[in-house]
Amino acid sequence: MITRRELLKYAVGVAGLAAPLTALEMINPKKLLAGKSGPSKVRWVFLVDTYKCVGCGLCVKACKNENEIPYDANVTRTWVERYVLTKDGKLFADTPKGARDGFTTNKIDLGLGKYQDIKKEDIRKAFFVPKLCNQCENPPCVQVCPVGATYQAPDGVVLVDRTWCIGCGYCIMACPYGARFFHPKYHTAEKCNFCYHRISKGMQTACVEACPFGARRIGNIKDPNDPVARIIMTERVGILKSEYGTKPQVYYIGLDEEVR
Amino acid sequence: MGNHVFRPLFVVIGIIILILIARSFYVPHDFGVHERGYMYGWYREGNIEDWKKVQVKYQGRDYCKDCHSDKYESIMRSPHAIIQCENCHGPAVDHPANPPKLTIDRSRQLCLRCHYPLPYPTSGRAKIRGIDPDRHNRDFECSTCHNPHKPNLSIR
Amino acid sequence: MVHGEVWTLKELFVTPNEYIYWGIQIVMYPFMTGLVAGAFVLSSLYHVFGIKELKDIARFALVFSFALLFAAPVPIILHLQHPFRGINVMMTPHFTSAIAAFGIVFFSYGAIVASELWFLYRKHFVETAQALREKQDKSRFEWIGYFIFCTLTLGVYDISEGALKRDEKAIKVLAGFGIPVACFLHGYAGFIFGSVKANALWMTPLMPVIFIMSAVVSGIALCMLTYIVTMELRKMFVSRQKAQYAGYQSKEKIKSVEIHVIQMTAKYLLFFLILAISLELLDLIFRGYTAVKSWDVLRSVIYGRDFTDIFILQYGLGNLVPFILFLLPKLTLRRTVVGVILVLFGVFMMRYNVVIGGQAFSLTFAGYMHYHMPIIPHDIETLKEGFFGAVGIFIMPFVLFWVFSKIFPIFNYKESH
Repeated sequence: MITRRELLKYAVGVAGLAAPLTALEMINPKKLLAGKSGPSKVRWVFLVDTYKCVGCGLCVKACKNENEIPYDANVTRTWVERYVLTKDGKLFADTPKGARDGFTTNKIDLGLGKYQDIKKEDIRKAFFVPKLCNQCENPPCVQVCPVGATYQAPDGVVLVDRTWCIGCGYCIMACPYGARFFHPKYHTAEKCNFCYHRISKGMQTACVEACPFGARRIGNIKDPNDPVARIIMTERVGILKSEYGTKPQVYYIGLDEEVR
Repeated sequence: MGNHVFRPLFVVIGIIILILIARSFYVPHDFGVHERGYMYGWYREGNIEDWKKVQVKYQGRDYCKDCHSDKYESIMRSPHAIIQCENCHGPAVDHPANPPKLTIDRSRQLCLRCHYPLPYPTSGRAKIRGIDPDRHNRDFECSTCHNPHKPNLSIR
Repeated sequence: MVHGEVWTLKELFVTPNEYIYWGIQIVMYPFMTGLVAGAFVLSSLYHVFGIKELKDIARFALVFSFALLFAAPVPIILHLQHPFRGINVMMTPHFTSAIAAFGIVFFSYGAIVASELWFLYRKHFVETAQALREKQDKSRFEWIGYFIFCTLTLGVYDISEGALKRDEKAIKVLAGFGIPVACFLHGYAGFIFGSVKANALWMTPLMPVIFIMSAVVSGIALCMLTYIVTMELRKMFVSRQKAQYAGYQSKEKIKSVEIHVIQMTAKYLLFFLILAISLELLDLIFRGYTAVKSWDVLRSVIYGRDFTDIFILQYGLGNLVPFILFLLPKLTLRRTVVGVILVLFGVFMMRYNVVIGGQAFSLTFAGYMHYHMPIIPHDIETLKEGFFGAVGIFIMPFVLFWVFSKIFPIFNYKESH
């Protein structure tokens, strides 16, 4: 037996979501309800410990191989940034080739073939920050896709339908984190999807597995016994660019104000 | 004679009907609104399965353990135990069926990813011992002298 | 090679996936839609507000708007990585995206302009179809023309006084409807940029309004330019075949009509130009005054790297110079031509500075990207998203205009009412 209140909620919900568009048969209300069979028990989140990252870039290498991103193409689903703050208050940062080959020089890549040498005694703080898609709770990239080729799966991961993407690039523009790019082979929008083919089989993502130092971890925030979820819930963690209201789901330990 | 003013409107309605008919043939049937609503969940449901079907390439050290148990055991006793086999040996995919032989990365660049000294405070990198690649036996592969599976400086 | 890598140069701290993904074709897109909207607004000034002086240019502007309409979506299609999937926008539109509205808005706008043209030229269609029907032993060419014009009548052959009165009323209603739709068509092009919260330069609610104002400016300017050029060509034509046309229209008569219309239209151009510049300056001042986090990098782009593009080419050459040219008394034809060309250039530079300027800095706010438009094409990508692609888009409406003028006679068309 449903109460009147529930019925009202139900009616308003269905009408609000479907009514204005059913006229054009854009949305099938039956399908809408079928999808609501119950909220997903999984919500994938990521945890990065910037203290542990040494900038070896093995995660980037593994990611490119695992996800078939042409190895020499200058785009990548995940990358590592180096931040060096000097004692005179300057910030130097780079990510040569997305750190695919790690950081094997102390010279900062300034682009256009220029490099900056920084002496050890001038460094105030310096660290590495791995980056990947934040699988935002409110993904702006999905909001702006004109054709429904990118979407948020029930477990929170944002995926791209390579058979439906028209390649307009609006999602690339809308992402505040620079996580998206055009796949050099498929010419569709491409992004990190937490190695969806691996996590859905109970495996770790390629980058998590490749990281020798445990700087990267993936977990399920809806499981209270998940070690990653417990850290995010009980310890001090930060997120990137909260001002955009995207609610990113990659959490960072040891984030600095200078991290962009 | 009726009012001709609405003729263009009929044409427009005709075109709209044609588009809607074309749409019903063109759009896959599992395309619709899913769990996250119209804003974030407007997609073709079959695509989730497409992504799940992608082939796994990196199998993890447990995949290597049984056949290469000697190597596995020696590296697991060393500080390099934290490094996955495939980071240097390449993704196993369906090895030994495919590929039958893995290509090992023996380059100095690979070792330098960690062992190029970067004295960055608040980063784990500062704690790793490193060498100056320009001065330290620059024309040799590291594995000429160091065994990556037993890297405790007891030269091979 | 990754899309965008050919024309992007990175400097300082830029994340690996950042390139100038939206190149010259995305500059052309708002430029061309702006021309569509502007031309339509110009024609509506006569039809809706009854500004009699614009009667002559109004009909012209409407046909030109129709020609531009077909050219407007082509830049987007050339830009798409999968052009053949472009139809997906109509098939599974996702209306939370500004681009998804494209199909609907574009289609309804096209329907309005086409209907308006139909009412405007219905009499001509009927007369031509009837004349061709009565003609004995038609050539193959005439048969084709007969079928085209028969289709264009949509089966209505009533051109009585009463029917034509109703046509006129319908035009007025459609033109009235058309103004908000034209503004929406272009305002939403502004919304595409203005709503990207990730882009510090683009994100402002003023963007759609600025786009509409500059759209009207550019649309009027292009109509004036094309009007002057076609009139001049006709003048040459008339003076060459004077004997034939002498009794019909004299060279002097054309000229007097022309300068009068031009002076009147120039007033409207100035009015919208002032609105556009005020809004753009308001946006700039506001950004400097509030100076939020992104201002440091924006300032270095606006006042540093893009100074020539913004202040010299766009505001100086594209706005200030034509402004003075139009304000000086005794406006001549030659000065108008120079003025409108500069205005068109100014609006193009404004689109360029928004689209490319918005991608001139990195998401990190600590790096820059330089755009080098491909000129000599060496593959299909640098052809369609390079100089020649852009020029092709710009030429396209003129070719279409010529084709349409065969069906819709723009000049020498005597109205019965």
